Amino acid sequence: MSAIFEVRNLKRAFGGLAVTNDVSLAMAPGDRVALIGPNGAGKTTFVDIVTGNLAPDSGDVLLGGESVTRTDAIGRVRRGLVRSFQVTRLFQEMTPAEHVALAILQRDGEAGRMFGHFLMMPKVMAEVGELLGKLGLRELMHRRVAEIAYGQQRLLEIAVALALKPKVLLLDEPAAGVPQSDTGRIEQALADLPADLAVLMIEHDMDLVFRFAKRVIVLAAGTIIFDGSPSDVTKDPRVREAYLGSYANAGHAA
Amino acid sequence: MTMATMNDTLAGARGKGRKFGRDLAGLAVILGLAVVGYLLFPNNLALLTRITAIALLVLSLDLVTGYCGVATLGHAALFGTGAYASGIAAVHFGITDPLLMLACGILGGALAGLVCGVVILRAHGLPQLVLSIALIHLFHEFANKASSWTGGSDGLAGIAPDPLLGHFEFDLWGRTAYVFGIVLLAVVFTILRLIVRSPFGMLCRGIKEDPVRIRAMGASPKLALMKMYVISGAVAGTGGALNAISTQVVGLDSLSFTLSAESLVMVVLGGTGSLFGALTGTIVFMFFEDLVSAANPFHWLTMVGALLIAVVLFAPKGLYGTLAGLASRWRRTPR
Repeated sequence: MSAIFEVRNLKRAFGGLAVTNDVSLAMAPGDRVALIGPNGAGKTTFVDIVTGNLAPDSGDVLLGGESVTRTDAIGRVRRGLVRSFQVTRLFQEMTPAEHVALAILQRDGEAGRMFGHFLMMPKVMAEVGELLGKLGLRELMHRRVAEIAYGQQRLLEIAVALALKPKVLLLDEPAAGVPQSDTGRIEQALADLPADLAVLMIEHDMDLVFRFAKRVIVLAAGTIIFDGSPSDVTKDPRVREAYLGSYANAGHAA
Repeated sequence: MTMATMNDTLAGARGKGRKFGRDLAGLAVILGLAVVGYLLFPNNLALLTRITAIALLVLSLDLVTGYCGVATLGHAALFGTGAYASGIAAVHFGITDPLLMLACGILGGALAGLVCGVVILRAHGLPQLVLSIALIHLFHEFANKASSWTGGSDGLAGIAPDPLLGHFEFDLWGRTAYVFGIVLLAVVFTILRLIVRSPFGMLCRGIKEDPVRIRAMGASPKLALMKMYVISGAVAGTGGALNAISTQVVGLDSLSFTLSAESLVMVVLGGTGSLFGALTGTIVFMFFEDLVSAANPFHWLTMVGALLIAVVLFAPKGLYGTLAGLASRWRRTPR
């Protein structure tokens, strides 16, 4: 199957430290991949390079077979590479309906329109209602984001990303900071993601990784040390070493 | 459309209906105040027209500062350029039709908005503020040096606009200018209400809260802010042109740091991010200034300062913002 998203030999160093060291991976439509790794493995740098917020020293990023290495972050979003944020970045004074409507209007090239109100645009509102309904946020659509619970804000992050109709979705710790009681709703939302969407999830919560991912990639010291099925990942000696090492350090620090 | 979606749209439409009602109410308030002002101060229409022109400047500043979060202490550059553009058109090019002079002012303001936007939007926060101050000084100095065009420190005199629409002379009492100004303000206010509520307005509010988020949605904050700066320039230019037409003279003070700073004070006084707030701030500040400077010519600035400190401490959302907040809380309380 042809890859919708691919990175080839991505390298980036800060000073002498290779933070991303020859990373290559490919994803097909419908893939559910989890990217894990101990702290300092280079996950954030990898996301920054892929989304176009940081230039690689060498290597290529491809979307749908075309190189986007020289395309800026905004251009990559327009080509269908969308991310969610680890810490929610929402507009506190705006409503969920406004968030999703803005994403839809932007996707359709209408965010620059200087007349009309989205509430009076039946097509936009139908989509807003449907999307927020799927995520259980319909009742809250006209409340200010500052007034809704954190778990619901995380769901809204996903709704905004989906409203952009991405081809590739990067989820940066979608369940981070959400109380245990609310993670079920987020897992449900992840299970309900469109079937043809390629999803790369960066996550620490291993339970979530095992339930969600069909494929797990482990990053350690900037290099991919494992790329395979979730059932094999815990058996891999290099992965165990990388994690044990980091846990040992963590224990030592504490 | 499903039933639920229909309900959402209807709920939204009711909200929209309320806002439309507020638009009409806003227009009614502007026109009502204009009539009251006319009846109360028939001999001081020049002051009222001046307030109207400044209100346009403050509305324009609120667009970039209140709605987009751009920090600027140089906004009079847009107003002054509009005033000079309209004045120079009349004095040097013989364009004395008031509507054409207005068009020149709008164009000049928009152009100045473009120039200022290109410079100011390169920075954020404090550096942005410093750039804006540098810009207003540059504009001021440029106008001062180009005295063959602008009259320099003597001001640009000899502006003699034709009768408005060929019928209404700009009379000595300033009635025509006053009505002209109020009509301009009402039209601009209506257009701006449309813009701030449009998808573009929503985009700008998003940029103010988190430009990184907007970029992640695939929109360019910079492009949107540039557009807003040009719109803001056109509005400020309208105010400048009104000032040039009504006073028939353009002075360097219209391109001054003082005017820029005062307009920012007026935005804060009324409440940022609200067109009603901008209008409230302008009216209160200008009347207060007129009142206390007549009562105590030596210490009036002290009193203006005290008023501002009181508002910032006790009503941080500004006069209108605080009142509107109280009103909405009162509405929500079950009775």
